[in-house]
Amino acid sequence: MRSVREALAASGRAPLLSVLGVVTIAFSIFAFGLFGLVAINIRKALEQVEQRVEVRAFVSDSTEIESVAAAMKDIGEFPEVLRVDYVSKEQALARARKEMGEFADVFEAGVLPASIEVHLRPGRQDPATVKSVADRVKTYDFIDDVRYGEEWVAKLYSLRTIATVAGIALGVAFAAVAIIIIGATIRMTVLARAKEISIMRLVGATDMFIRLPFLIDGLVKGVCGGLLALVFVWIADRIVNEYVIQTVFFDRQMIFLGIVGGAFMGVLGSLVSVGRHLRRI
Amino acid sequence: MIRLTNVAKEYPRSGVALAQVSFQVKKGEFVFLTGPSGSGKTTILKLLYMDDKPSEGEVWINGVSSKTAKGREISRLRRRIGIVFQDFRLLEDRTAEANVRFALEVTGSPKATIRAKVSRALTQVGLASKATSYPRELSGGEQQRVAIARALINDPFVLIADEPTGNLDERATRGVFQLLRDINASGTAVIMATHDLDLVRRSNYRTIELNHGRLVFDSAESPASARPPEESLELTDASGDYRESI
Ligand SMILES: Nc1ncnc2c1ncn2[C@@H]1O[C@H](COP(=O)(O)OP(=O)(O)OP(=O)(O)O)[C@@H](O)[C@H]1O
Ligand SMILES: [Mg+2]
Repeated sequence: MRSVREALAASGRAPLLSVLGVVTIAFSIFAFGLFGLVAINIRKALEQVEQRVEVRAFVSDSTEIESVAAAMKDIGEFPEVLRVDYVSKEQALARARKEMGEFADVFEAGVLPASIEVHLRPGRQDPATVKSVADRVKTYDFIDDVRYGEEWVAKLYSLRTIATVAGIALGVAFAAVAIIIIGATIRMTVLARAKEISIMRLVGATDMFIRLPFLIDGLVKGVCGGLLALVFVWIADRIVNEYVIQTVFFDRQMIFLGIVGGAFMGVLGSLVSVGRHLRRI
Repeated sequence: MIRLTNVAKEYPRSGVALAQVSFQVKKGEFVFLTGPSGSGKTTILKLLYMDDKPSEGEVWINGVSSKTAKGREISRLRRRIGIVFQDFRLLEDRTAEANVRFALEVTGSPKATIRAKVSRALTQVGLASKATSYPRELSGGEQQRVAIARALINDPFVLIADEPTGNLDERATRGVFQLLRDINASGTAVIMATHDLDLVRRSNYRTIELNHGRLVFDSAESPASARPPEESLELTDASGDYRESI
């Protein structure tokens, strides 16, 4: 097809800029992808953590079982709370022995206090909610101590936030650069073909017909950039898998979305610039 | 077919290029557009093929109004208008044939008809034997003929020519002018801007003269004796800056 042929010929005229355009698109998607992957994996880790107890409140030894039961009923009615369990001293000991295996003997009956386990509803398990629930539980006078959201859960959350923000910022920055570079490539092509384009106008070629090769050029570059980014992200993921931790990769829809994102950037870059430069001819 | 009513054109920096211009061109007519350099001839032609829009007034051409036309409608209109310039505007890296074919290819003409149309157009301008020559291998007159063949390829109802003989010597000028007369004789209207007053005097075609963007004379409205004084015509002839651009 004419448009495709012309698009490729246009890229051939400025090979360095074309490659640069593709690579910056790839970097942009790579930034989105890498941080997206971090976010996905952290989310997965959090999901596993979230299955566990969010708030554990230790009960004083001398407490009447009735007051504990009353408190549990109250706590169970908090809107954020899914379920409240009671863990007696004996159960705590049994559980500790099971978890510790060979060190089971260290524990003696009576060392571990009884406790209340508060499970939060899905979606209400973020550090802020956990803390507010914990603070309310702490107000019962028979509660000695409250533990909640081990520190690293909070850290994972902030890591996820950082990954998301950094990913979006870097991705947007690279996307902007990619669009500028694609614009520059197109300016060169438009200038190189200025006479041809002005004659096309004169004899009645439609704007769409004149623009199409440029749009296809952008589209092809965008898709190439997307695919390149996919390779980058995949390599990064393999490396982490090999040397650091087990990770999950994107599913097909996310991969498709990444390539569509590249295509979108390419077309946007050419659309913005082609409109601007064609008007001057 | 073509009608300008109270057309004015103002450019942001250079000010008024046209003011109060009104005239009509009938189907199949031949019209000369004359006037000193900078009087607005090129500007009028640009308004006709809607390369630009008037600041005031309205241009009607083949049922298309400058007030409403845009995008696709303008493209379609231009397929029915042939346009040639002083500097030919051929693509240097294509043969004569390819230059003519270009106009069909970029307007989506059916492939099957292209070859026959191109060869007919080249024959019409007398260049059938030079079909495979590149522009640099052709004389000025021959290059202008290729440009005319390209302009004729879509059977235009009007041929707009902006100083088509401005870059040609006398012999070539006569040849190209004769070609335009033949084209006109076969029913296509021709609007030709020119500095060449010999050409204007020797033929008996309608003449519209501009000065400082105003229409100062139209032979269709006045008897032949009411032509502007000769000296103004000579001044016009001498002041053409096209000579510098050669
Ligand atoms: N694109 C433009 N921007 C600003 N001013 C312009 C533009 N085109 C033409 N003009 C001005 O409009 C006026 C008329 O110009 P035009 O080209 O129509 O003259 P002309 O009669 O064709 O002259 P010539 O015989 O030298 O070709 C001039 O003063 C010119 O400076
Ligand atoms: Mg002019």
